[in-house]
Amino acid sequence: MNKTQKKIIVFLVILLFLTPIGIFLPMVFNAGDAWGEWSAETVETLIGYVPQGLQKYSEIYQAPMPDYTLNTEDSHIEKQSLFYILSGIIGATLSLVITWLISKSIIRK
Amino acid sequence: MHIPDGYLGHETYIPLIGIFVGSAAIAVLKVKKELPVKNIPYLGMASAFSFIIMMFNIPIPGGTTGHAVGGAIVAILLGPWSAMIAISVALIIQALIFGDGGITAIGANCFNMAVFMPVVAYYTFKAIRMKSLMNNRIILAAFFSGYISLVLTAILTAIELGLQPLISTTADGRPLYCPYDLSITIPAMAIEHLLLFGIAEGLVTAIVIKYFLKNDFNSIYAINKGGINE
Repeated sequence: MNKTQKKIIVFLVILLFLTPIGIFLPMVFNAGDAWGEWSAETVETLIGYVPQGLQKYSEIYQAPMPDYTLNTEDSHIEKQSLFYILSGIIGATLSLVITWLISKSIIRK
Repeated sequence: MHIPDGYLGHETYIPLIGIFVGSAAIAVLKVKKELPVKNIPYLGMASAFSFIIMMFNIPIPGGTTGHAVGGAIVAILLGPWSAMIAISVALIIQALIFGDGGITAIGANCFNMAVFMPVVAYYTFKAIRMKSLMNNRIILAAFFSGYISLVLTAILTAIELGLQPLISTTADGRPLYCPYDLSITIPAMAIEHLLLFGIAEGLVTAIVIKYFLKNDFNSIYAINKGGINE
C-alpha cells in the first residue's frame, strides 16, 4: 500500500467508529424513518390500511442483519452503537473486497 | 432514498433492473478500457466509503432522516463509470445483508444512486468548473456537483414512487404499492433534499475534493483525464 492508500484506510476506520452519530442524532432530534422507507405497519398508521401489493412484497425477503443491528428490540444505546459499528465493519469490508475483486477481474493490463 | 420492497410494482422495478444491468455492463467495458491497474484499490475504498457515509443519518427535527451517498465524490475522483461499479456493490450489500432497500428494488436503487447520480454529478462538476484550475472554482463546482446530483436523484426516486398509484390500483381504486402520488412524493423528497441532505452531500464533496486538490491533484479523474484541460 502506498501513502495515500494508507491515509484513506485510516480515514475510513475513523469514520467507521463515528457512525453511531448516525443513530444518536435522529434519536436526539426525534426523527424517524427516511421518507418513503416505512414498514408495512407504519404505512398502516399513516394512511389507515396497507396496500395489497406492498403487504405482499414487503415480506419477500428477510435480511440477516435488518436495520444494521443484531437486536431491534434492545434499546440500550451502547449496545446499538456497537451493533451499528459492527454492521459498518462488515458492510464496508465486504464492499471493499467485492469491489476490489470485481475491478481486478475487469482491469487486466 | 433506498426504496423498500413493496413500494414499486413489477411494471416499474423490472424495467429498472434491465436499465441498471445494461448500464453496469457498459460501465464494466468503460472501466476495462480506461482505468489503470493502480486504481483497483481505490475502487474498493470508494465502495467502502460510500457504504459508510450512508450510515450517517441526518435528522430533520421531529421528522424524517436522510443521508449523503458519496456519489459525487466518487464520480469526480474516479469517474462516473467506476462510481457505478463501486456504489452498486455498496447498495447491493445494504439490501442483501442489512435490509436497507428492497430486493425487488435493487435495480431501481442502483439505477438512481449508482448510475444516475454519478453521471449528473460528473457533468455538473465539469459544467461549473469550466476547465478552471483555480481552487475556489473547483471546490465550488464540487459542492454543487454533490448538491444538485443528490437533489435530482431524490426527485427521480420520488417520480418512481409517485407513479405507482397511476400505474396499479385494486378494483376499488386503492393503490397497490406506494400509496402517494406525484403531488405528494415530489415536494416531500425535493424539499428535504434541497434544504438539508443535499447541502450535506455538497459539503462532504467539497471537503474531500479540497483535500485531494491539495494533496493528490493528479489523481482527480474529472480534472486530469486526457490531460490537464480535459
